Amino acid sequence: MQILSDTSNFFFEKLILGDNPPLWQTIVFDLVVIAAGFAALVSVIAMFCIWWERKVAGHMQSRIGPNRVGPIGILQSLADGLKLLLKEDLMPRDADWFLFRLAPYLAFAPAFAAFLALPFAPNLVFEPRLNVGVFWVLAILSVEVMGVILAGWASNNKWSVYGGMREACQMVSYEIPLGISIIVGVMAAGTLNMVELGHLQSGGLHTWLIYKNPFVFLAFIVYFIASLASNKRAPFDLPESESELVAGFHTEYSGLRFSFFFFAEYGAMFVVGGIQAALFLGAWNDPFGLIGFYFHKFSHDGNTIGLIILNLIGLSIFIGKAMTIIFVQMWLRWTLPRPRIDQVLYACVKVLLPAACAILLGAAIWQLLVPDRPGYPWVDYNPFSAHDWIYSPAGNGTLGLITQIVLMLIGVGVSTAVVMWVLYAAASGRNLKQRLTDPAPIERAPAV
Amino acid sequence: MEIGLTHFLILAAFLFVCGIASIMLKRNAIGILMGVELILNAANVNLVAFNRFSYGTINGQPVLAGQVFAIFVIVLAAAEAAVALAIFLNFYNNFATIDVERAQNLKG
Amino acid sequence: MTTANILAIADQQQAVAAVLFYIFAGISAISALGVVISRNIVRTAVFLLFTLVGVAGLYFLLNAEFLAAVQLVVYAGGTLILIIFGVMLTSKSPFSRFEPKAVEVVIAISVASVIFFALVLAITRTKFAVNPTDFTAYPIDKLGQTLLGDFLVPFEIVSVLLLVVMIGAAYLAKGRRREAD
Repeated sequence: MQILSDTSNFFFEKLILGDNPPLWQTIVFDLVVIAAGFAALVSVIAMFCIWWERKVAGHMQSRIGPNRVGPIGILQSLADGLKLLLKEDLMPRDADWFLFRLAPYLAFAPAFAAFLALPFAPNLVFEPRLNVGVFWVLAILSVEVMGVILAGWASNNKWSVYGGMREACQMVSYEIPLGISIIVGVMAAGTLNMVELGHLQSGGLHTWLIYKNPFVFLAFIVYFIASLASNKRAPFDLPESESELVAGFHTEYSGLRFSFFFFAEYGAMFVVGGIQAALFLGAWNDPFGLIGFYFHKFSHDGNTIGLIILNLIGLSIFIGKAMTIIFVQMWLRWTLPRPRIDQVLYACVKVLLPAACAILLGAAIWQLLVPDRPGYPWVDYNPFSAHDWIYSPAGNGTLGLITQIVLMLIGVGVSTAVVMWVLYAAASGRNLKQRLTDPAPIERAPAV
Repeated sequence: MEIGLTHFLILAAFLFVCGIASIMLKRNAIGILMGVELILNAANVNLVAFNRFSYGTINGQPVLAGQVFAIFVIVLAAAEAAVALAIFLNFYNNFATIDVERAQNLKG
Repeated sequence: MTTANILAIADQQQAVAAVLFYIFAGISAISALGVVISRNIVRTAVFLLFTLVGVAGLYFLLNAEFLAAVQLVVYAGGTLILIIFGVMLTSKSPFSRFEPKAVEVVIAISVASVIFFALVLAITRTKFAVNPTDFTAYPIDKLGQTLLGDFLVPFEIVSVLLLVVMIGAAYLAKGRRREAD
């Protein structure tokens, strides 16, 4: 089988630098991409999400949310960032100065490093040959917890230590169902490489891995719940639960250091959403398999402009999918109450972990019994031709095709219902509920 | 200059020696555990480096035995840390300290 | 492309590998020294974290991507957090100053340096076999076949051992609580 990650090998790098550039040019190119591309992307996504979260929270609580800085308040995060930069940088007298200063960077760096492995588009991957991609992101994200624990410990504050301890418990236990549910997805795909994951799912909605078999479908749900907990998002935001612990592990932080924790949280949210998009929801592919089809056509013809446009479309689809997942995370945060820490751990060890193990077992048995359709869509077979599915090299693929279509219909039905519900609530909520405050008109200064 | 096996082995030797020194110097049981982790890491670097430079292929096929060994070492280190910490907690409960010099109840 | 060109690129790649090696080796060596010197146990754990991250970087240079990820997820994300947890639970100790005596320091330094120089002598004087691995993309499937093929028995034994350790650690921790009640 042809390895497709080679075809997307450094397309943009070759476009700019030509074939076989000197090594220093490659290094400079990579550094520029990291500094100008990824650093900017992380900050823009984090700032947008912070604004968006406040907006979503506002609308869910019949408020308006930020609306003064820029149109519909979209520059609010920029203004907040400016304010945080200008604030005094406080450090408690008895804090461990070394760890206190180190902790925010230790929390932020992993979230940033995990971005480098995400497949934004067929050719927009920083290192397409990273054959342990999914596992690498998981590993990098698991280091983030160190920053939180150290922040809690170094602050020399009881609330902070409680927050750090809770984070440690929660993170270490939820990482197990998280890992197991990722394994289920990886088993269905047969690769850990992020680019190949994307190409495997390029044949339209029914080839997305979440519809591969019923157990991957369940694993996606387990992954979503576990990722909420490992990201310390509500309802699992016990490390910073403000009703009990003031602000948890970042009680003592102010100014720029505090904003690092904020950026780390939203960056990690995007990374987690990105893993879900890449592993389960078809990465950069549209539901109709058009990007996959045209990608192979264009790369075969050497159509550079077409490839660039495809990559940009893929980039926006990928970011859109991750943002959708982030929206669901925000929705849950402003809807569900917060459980106690023992309930959180109960949910992990006695509910989620056995469920994840059963799903893993079921997925393994399913893969033994039901023949798969191996190969890449559009390269090895036509995903929309029933003939190609039934006469698959691994045996009769009819059952697999039927499963994928049934699961796809369920998935599409559920998500359509949810979207309609959200739209209905957004449209009719305005008329049904009376707002507590009306949007006050901004008073303009009288013209002189 | 080419980075070869020797460089990695010397680094591993340094890590190993640091582990030995911290086992000898620390009286905090958890500090000693950290020294042990350093020693295990040194062993792992050795295993992987030998796999990379001295035992890389058999009949043209890449061999990953050293890396598999290193994975086993990492797993065993995790198991060791879990048991050791459970023991330290019990020890702390009985002696109100984790200074290993105070565990002298069996000394006549 | 001429042969000289290819050779030049190989030279440059070696230079980059050398720079990366010295960066990662420096990180892990300096923080290993920090583990030895530091008196504050939480700072010791942070230095250990940097050592582990540096060693993970070295694994990348040694064509062991999977191992680097395992190192991060198990060591840095699991074992080290467990250790810090232990530190937090046991830090309220009336005897929490653990200053070594001067004699101990002298003995430790001399033993350590003797071992180090003996090891360095042994390493530099030995002729090791030369049989390097050669692959561009990491053969993750090969790793899986090795793990569940040649090393199946150790793999199963380790899994049983992990189960035993889990039960044992849970039992030890639970026994402690019953005693406290």
